[in-house]
This record gives sequence, C-alpha cells and structure tokens, in this order.
Amino acid sequence: MNINMTLIGQSITFAIFVWFCMKFVWPPIMAALDERKTKIADGLAAAEKGQHEEGLAKQRALEILKKAKGEAGEILAGAQKRASEIVEESKGTARTEADRIVQSAHAEIEQDVNRAREELRGKVVSLAVAGASKVLKREVDAKANDDLLKDLVSQL
Amino acid sequence: MASETVTSTEYIKHHLQNMTYGQHPDGHWGLAHSAEQAKEMGFWAIHVDTMFWSIILGVFFLWLFRKAAKRATSGQPSGLLNFAEWIVEFIDTSVRGSFTAKNNLVAPLALTIFVWVFLMNLMDLVPVDWLPLLAGWVGSTMFGADPHHVFFKVVPTTDPNATIGMALSVFFLTIFYSIKVKGLGGFVGELTLQPFSAKNPLIKVAFIPVNFFLEFVSLIAKPISLALRLFGNMYAGEMIFILIAMMFSAGIGMGIFGGFLQLGWAIFHILIITLQAFIFMTLTIVYMDMAHSEH
Repeated sequence: MNINMTLIGQSITFAIFVWFCMKFVWPPIMAALDERKTKIADGLAAAEKGQHEEGLAKQRALEILKKAKGEAGEILAGAQKRASEIVEESKGTARTEADRIVQSAHAEIEQDVNRAREELRGKVVSLAVAGASKVLKREVDAKANDDLLKDLVSQL
Repeated sequence: MASETVTSTEYIKHHLQNMTYGQHPDGHWGLAHSAEQAKEMGFWAIHVDTMFWSIILGVFFLWLFRKAAKRATSGQPSGLLNFAEWIVEFIDTSVRGSFTAKNNLVAPLALTIFVWVFLMNLMDLVPVDWLPLLAGWVGSTMFGADPHHVFFKVVPTTDPNATIGMALSVFFLTIFYSIKVKGLGGFVGELTLQPFSAKNPLIKVAFIPVNFFLEFVSLIAKPISLALRLFGNMYAGEMIFILIAMMFSAGIGMGIFGGFLQLGWAIFHILIITLQAFIFMTLTIVYMDMAHSEH
C-alpha cells in the first residue's frame, strides 16, 4: 500500500480511456438514441395524423354511402315508374291488337257468312227453278224470268 | 488457501501486497520480493497488477462499447446495443439531472468512470485466491520465482494509487474548468472572498485568510474524499473476503460455514460495488457542475 508511480500511470490510463470514450463511444450511441427519439416522435405524429385522416375518411365514406343510397332509391323509383309505364303501354297495344284481331275475325266471319249466304241463295234459286220446272213440267225460261228470280233472290 | 506453512498474518499480508516493479536499493530494476523491498523502492515504482487489471478492464469496457457504438442504429436495437444504450441512457439522465452547464466531456467522463470503476470493483467477486494462485503458478513455473513472493492483487480499486489517480484527474479537470469558465480571478475570488464577505474593503481583506483556509480545505477534501471513499469500501470488502477465505483451511465445518458467508457477502457486495461506482460518478458530475457554475 505504498503511494507510487502507479498513481500517475492510473491517471494517464484514465485520461486515455476518457478521451477514447468521448471520441468513439459516446457520440455514435448518443446520435443513434437521438435519431431514434425523433423517429419515434415522427412516427407518433404520423399515427395521430393517420387516425385523424381515418376519421375524416370514415365520415366521407358515410356521406358517399348516404348519397349512393339516395341515388339508388331514385333509380329504383324511376325504374318502377318506367316499368308500370311499360306495362300500361303494353296493355294498351295488346288491347288495340286484340281489338284489331277481333275486328278482322268479325270481318272474315261476315265475309264467310255473306259468301255462304250467296251460295245458299244461288242454290236455293236453282232448287226453286228446278222445283218450279218440275212442277210446271216445262222449261222455264230462265232468261225470261230473270227479273223475277233476282227479285226472289233479293227476298231470301 | 492458506497452507500449513503460512500463518494467517502472512496470508493476509500476502494478499494485500501489490506486485511492485521498481529500482532496488542496490540499483537494479526488478520486482519486489517482499513488502519491505516494495517499500524501499519509494515513489518511482509501479504496481504491475493494478496497472494490468485496470488497463485490461478499461480496454474491455471500451472494446465492448465501441462494438456497440459501431452497431448503433436508429432502428430496432438488439443485444449488446440494447445493453450499451441502457447504460448510456442511465448515465445521460444522471448527467442531465445534476450537470447544468454545457460540456461534451462530462457525460463520456461519467460513463467511463461508472463502467470502469464498476468492472474494477467487480474483480472483488472473483474468489480471492484464484488469480493470485494462478499468478503464483505462472511465476514459479515460467519465471522460477518463489510462489510466496509472487504478489498479485486483482482488484485495482483496493489500491489507493488507482483511486487517488482517478480522483486527482477529476480534481485537475474541475480546477481547469473552474479557471476556464470563471477566469483565474473568478477562481481565486471564489477561494478567498467567501463565505465571509463585507462591504468595507478593509474587513474584506482581513477575511481573506479565513476564507482561503476554509475554501482550500473544502477544495482539497473533494479529491481526497472521492478517492478514499472508493478505496476504503473496496479495501474493507476485500479484507472481509480474505478473512472468510481463511475459514476454508479451518476444517470442513468452518469451510462450509465460510462458503455460505462468502456467498452472502458476495451478494451484498454486488450492491456495494455498483453503489461505489455510482457514487464516484455522481460526485464527479457534481464537482464538474460546481466548477462550471458561479456562486
């Protein structure tokens, strides 16, 4: 336990160690720590900003949804209206078409009836003429009685 | 362990003697073979073991932290860097807490003191006989020395030279910064014009010797208390380890008892070595702060 040169040696060693620590150890570690601190602060700020923006986006999305719902309702209403219109329209065309078909059928039937009537009339005339000639036992001059027959035909 | 041929006194003395290299009275340079020879070498001798372990530990500290510093990244830290950052942040908080001025030296100084002193103190937890026995074996087999004359003290902080050397370095730093910050006049004024002061210049001058005496004592007390506090604590702790180690040669019962005592004291000592390193660091920071601030 003598006081000797070790004291000086220790002082020199100490000085060298402190110098080395000050030059090569402390600054890089401290720089990294500081840098990380700012990084974390930035990250937190960004997170906060992100949260804020998320809120805004949610609100915006809600608005858009509302608007879309309204539009969809409008479109639906329009479509319904249009559909009923189309139905009405087709009903109308169907009705007119049906009328037209019925009318043409009527006309055809009438025509047929008329034709049949004409035919019947002709047959009746010839039958009547044949009957009459048989009754009279003589040839009735068809030409001579043409006016009479025509009159008869028109009466049938 | 104390063998039969060594008495307790010799055992303790052997453990408390540093390996000293210096000039023998007859003129040649070499290691001291006894405490008396070491004493005769006077001031111009050096404790090889103290220097060896303090440099080894200091280099280990710097190597470890330099490795961490090279890996320093602002991203995710891992392993060693995490550990280094933990200590650096702790030191940084301490420095910011007690040091108000701006000086880039103080924080690295505090870091060096804390880790270095801690590591040197930590050597106290190595069982007291291991390294001296190893040194004795190396000395006797490689250099043909008598193992009883190979002294080896592994805890540098139990050598007052080490603690006084560090305390004096801190002391000169505080004086340097005192003069640098306040000027020579300010420094001298701080030493002579307070705590007693008066409006009357004549009385003021009369107070100077009293003030100087008071302030000088308190100035000198700083490095001495700094050095002796660390030295005393570690020396006492080492002494108790040595005394416990002596129980191992006193039969199996005492040996087991001594083992428990050693374990208990070692666990308690973990607190002491950390605390002493912390106190040395904190006081250094406080002294540096005082050097930077005006009264």
